Amino acid sequence: MADQLEMLEETDKSLSRRKFIKGVIAGGAATYSAGYLFRTGTVRAQSGAAGSVERLITLNVNGQERRVDVMKQETLATTLRYKLGLTGTKMGCDRAECGSCTVLLDGTTHYSCSVLTHSVRGRAVTTIEGLADADGTLHPVQQAVVDGAGFQCAFCAPGFIMSMVAMVDANQSPTRAEAAQALSGNLCRCCDYNKILDCAMSAADYTRGV
Amino acid sequence: MADGKLFGTDYIPADLVAKVTGRAKYAEDFRADGMLFTKLLLSPMPHARVRSIDDREALAMEGVMGIITADDLPETDNLVGSDRALTMEPMYQGEPILAVAAVDEETAAAAIEKIKVDYEPLPFVIDPLDSLRPGGPNARVGGNTIVDRKEVVEIKWTAQDFEEAGDSMPMGEAEVEWEVGDVAKGLEEAHLVLDETLYHQSQTHHPLETRSCMAYWQNDKLTIHVSTQSTQRTAGAVARGVGIDPTQVVVIAEYCGGGFGSKIGGTVNMPIAALLSKKTGRPVMHRVSREEENAYGRARPGFQGRVKLGFRADGRITAIDLYLIQDNGGYGRSGDFTSASRCASLNYTPLNMRFRGISILTNTPTRAAQRAPGGVQITAMLEPVIDMAAKKLGLDQIEIRKINAPDNDTTYGSNEHHVTSAYVREALDKAAEVSNWAELKAQSGQTNGSKVTGIGIALSSYVAGSRGFDGLMVIRPDGKLYVHQGIGNLGTHSVFGTARVASDHLGVSWENTEVVWGNTSRHLPHSAVQAGSQTTHAHTRANLAAAIDMEKKLKEVAARTLGGSADSYVVAGERVYRRGNRGSGLSFAQAAEKAIELGGTFDGHEAPEDINDWTKGAVAGLAGQGLVGVAKDNYGGEGDLWSFVVGVAKVEVDRETGAVEIQHYTAVADTGAVMNPRGLAAQIHGGGVQGFGLARSQKWVYDPKWGVPFTQRLYTAKPPSILDVPLDMRAGTVDLPDPQNPVGAKGIGEAPFGAGVAAVLCAIQDAIGEFDLKRSPMTTDLILNQLEGVPQPITVLATDV
Repeated sequence: MADQLEMLEETDKSLSRRKFIKGVIAGGAATYSAGYLFRTGTVRAQSGAAGSVERLITLNVNGQERRVDVMKQETLATTLRYKLGLTGTKMGCDRAECGSCTVLLDGTTHYSCSVLTHSVRGRAVTTIEGLADADGTLHPVQQAVVDGAGFQCAFCAPGFIMSMVAMVDANQSPTRAEAAQALSGNLCRCCDYNKILDCAMSAADYTRGV
Repeated sequence: MADGKLFGTDYIPADLVAKVTGRAKYAEDFRADGMLFTKLLLSPMPHARVRSIDDREALAMEGVMGIITADDLPETDNLVGSDRALTMEPMYQGEPILAVAAVDEETAAAAIEKIKVDYEPLPFVIDPLDSLRPGGPNARVGGNTIVDRKEVVEIKWTAQDFEEAGDSMPMGEAEVEWEVGDVAKGLEEAHLVLDETLYHQSQTHHPLETRSCMAYWQNDKLTIHVSTQSTQRTAGAVARGVGIDPTQVVVIAEYCGGGFGSKIGGTVNMPIAALLSKKTGRPVMHRVSREEENAYGRARPGFQGRVKLGFRADGRITAIDLYLIQDNGGYGRSGDFTSASRCASLNYTPLNMRFRGISILTNTPTRAAQRAPGGVQITAMLEPVIDMAAKKLGLDQIEIRKINAPDNDTTYGSNEHHVTSAYVREALDKAAEVSNWAELKAQSGQTNGSKVTGIGIALSSYVAGSRGFDGLMVIRPDGKLYVHQGIGNLGTHSVFGTARVASDHLGVSWENTEVVWGNTSRHLPHSAVQAGSQTTHAHTRANLAAAIDMEKKLKEVAARTLGGSADSYVVAGERVYRRGNRGSGLSFAQAAEKAIELGGTFDGHEAPEDINDWTKGAVAGLAGQGLVGVAKDNYGGEGDLWSFVVGVAKVEVDRETGAVEIQHYTAVADTGAVMNPRGLAAQIHGGGVQGFGLARSQKWVYDPKWGVPFTQRLYTAKPPSILDVPLDMRAGTVDLPDPQNPVGAKGIGEAPFGAGVAAVLCAIQDAIGEFDLKRSPMTTDLILNQLEGVPQPITVLATDV
């Protein structure tokens, strides 16, 4: 059984998004939004990217080992949202433009819409659901956002908050300009940036314990 | 008001913990057993007739569960007044023609590749002026404009109209025309007359959450998860789109990831998931991609415009002669251009004014209200012209606006309505104070290496409230006050803020106030749509009305239970008790139990006559659950509600590269008494920064040969990022109550946007001099061409370039 599982995990981690999109196009499923397509694998006869194989792999998500059946061309955002039920990670563009899908891989921000799930095996994936303690105690960054009444529609909030977490991990005393740089990979269409920056600054304060 | 301790103070919105932990569920976050997915076939052409569809091969594919076309939509006798979810005559590239439901999206997309659609290409037009030329193309078969939302007619201007105009905008036959006073005389008497040709772009709303949707049926009841600004009012829109009664619809929309006017009563695509679900017998998820959002996600109409402005030597505007050509898209008729005329009339109170306008159909995405529809465009177009006049007349930018500013006695527009309140001079003074205008003014024109500083100030206005909706609340046997809200939750927090008025009136703590929202099965009252800055004004009134009803009933319950007259009781501290004897009374929990015993109007078994039928249904649904307070807002009132925002911007323009850095922004509002200070600052800053996008970067670009858009994504029509906002942003308010709202509140969503666009444009103009092309966005290349003296590659009126 163990051997079998090991074998199942033998997939090409180097499959890039570009190759994946090309594969989908070659596979005849090119439409308006090739990269946005999501496949459940219900129809076994259908093959998306040429040569793709579904594989059962293990991911480390929010500190837990999660077994999940992942298509070769599947993005991490899709896996999180549709396979693992972690819908806190949002998809606003699916093309690395908006940052709503930002998650941490080994503590560093990544657009999960543009990361292939197979490439994150062995890495620690942290999503918005993984920040608060099990007893509901909020992460200092989350608490700072709540206390500052941060965000309006908040569709961008999970992505921004992940970027804030990475920011305070790297720099607990950012200037306002440094905070803006740290959050510049995320878009807020309500354009509530001033309040977001206020929250980011108090998130750093909370992290320092002041 | 009782003690008013919640109104006017900051608070943490009740939904915020869900939002920061990822628990907040937006439409695409829901799942259902057996859920299918749909993909749409979108028109590849800007205008065509679908002659036939062959979907046999697609339907035969494993995993394909159903296909719908326009034939599956409810019958309509009006195909021009507004667009529908699917069409057989696409009016723009990207308009949906059919939808496939399959077990997954890949299968649905593969099926679409197998469908053969036979199109008859039809003439198309992107630029309204092209359509107005003699012999020019029409966007629709039969004409280029729509009258009364149903009849397509053709209007062409004459060759002479075009010849006479020269480089200015031609002005032929208008569709809409009004004049107040005598414009010719006003211009004649003017010390200075400016005649300017102007352009404002069209732009997609692009909320961050696309209009995804998931639907399923249980017998004849449709449950639909949608991204909508409103909630109660969305049920009717779903019902119309699907062809069922509103009572058969449950709308679930606790959160909305932005709308800005593009999701007012819901979205055009809502029927697709619902009808596919009906057809297949399974839940259907419709995920909308960013390109699709650009196609059927709505857009602000652009304007081509010409204005003649007459000024006295002291800056007073003697006349405005305004002509607007509206780029309408293919359906209905947007109200933007007529709203724009009202904003111009109100902002400058000209002694004489004429407006002429025409709305021309184009084969571009369907237009809808976008945050201050018409107001943003006209503010962005006219404010830099006002600054030009100030410069020529030797006046300060604030002084020229103050001398023309509206006040409480102003009448405006074609029918000379008056406003409930307008504290614009106060707002201008406050903006000068908050921004430190004198210091900014001293920096105007200063250079720093290759960079030069410019400053700008802009006045923006928009409607800010409506009247006559219902309030509904219950005190349950747990002693808590449940305020039922039919308005939506798109991040303005008015769904919570307007509930606090009821808490204040009844003396209930915010901890013991529960807001019920986001699900029409939870008995929500008839409400304003969450749009047009209506809800703050409308629902403070409605909730106060219901709270007053609740207070009256609390006293009656106490009197019936404990004796004496209702008048001898008071409501305070979450109790109803005899005046002067707090011990002799009922807790709210006890009053709720008594109300259930008493029945009738007390517990919702009977409802007032004058409330909306929808609210009557909600009251019936709550019957027997507690003490019910319900009332229609009958305060009445006259005049129009408007809010105003003054924006102040400082920019630094690099004369070598054309780059613009916005270094300071102040926004000051006249929005009545402030309900939620932190929320207000967020609205006036956020709206202003949205404006930066229209001032600098966001626009459409179309291929004129094929009529297809190049700018479908966020990176090709870039909205402002966090690096585009100044680190120095300030907010202020005049905080003077509106006399026609019991708590003095007016709305604020709309007006901030135009202030942002116009203040930045004015500041850039202050830095580089009068624009050689008076258009938005003022992109880096246009700025650099002007600074270098290079001829601009486009004309001022060029559309979607």
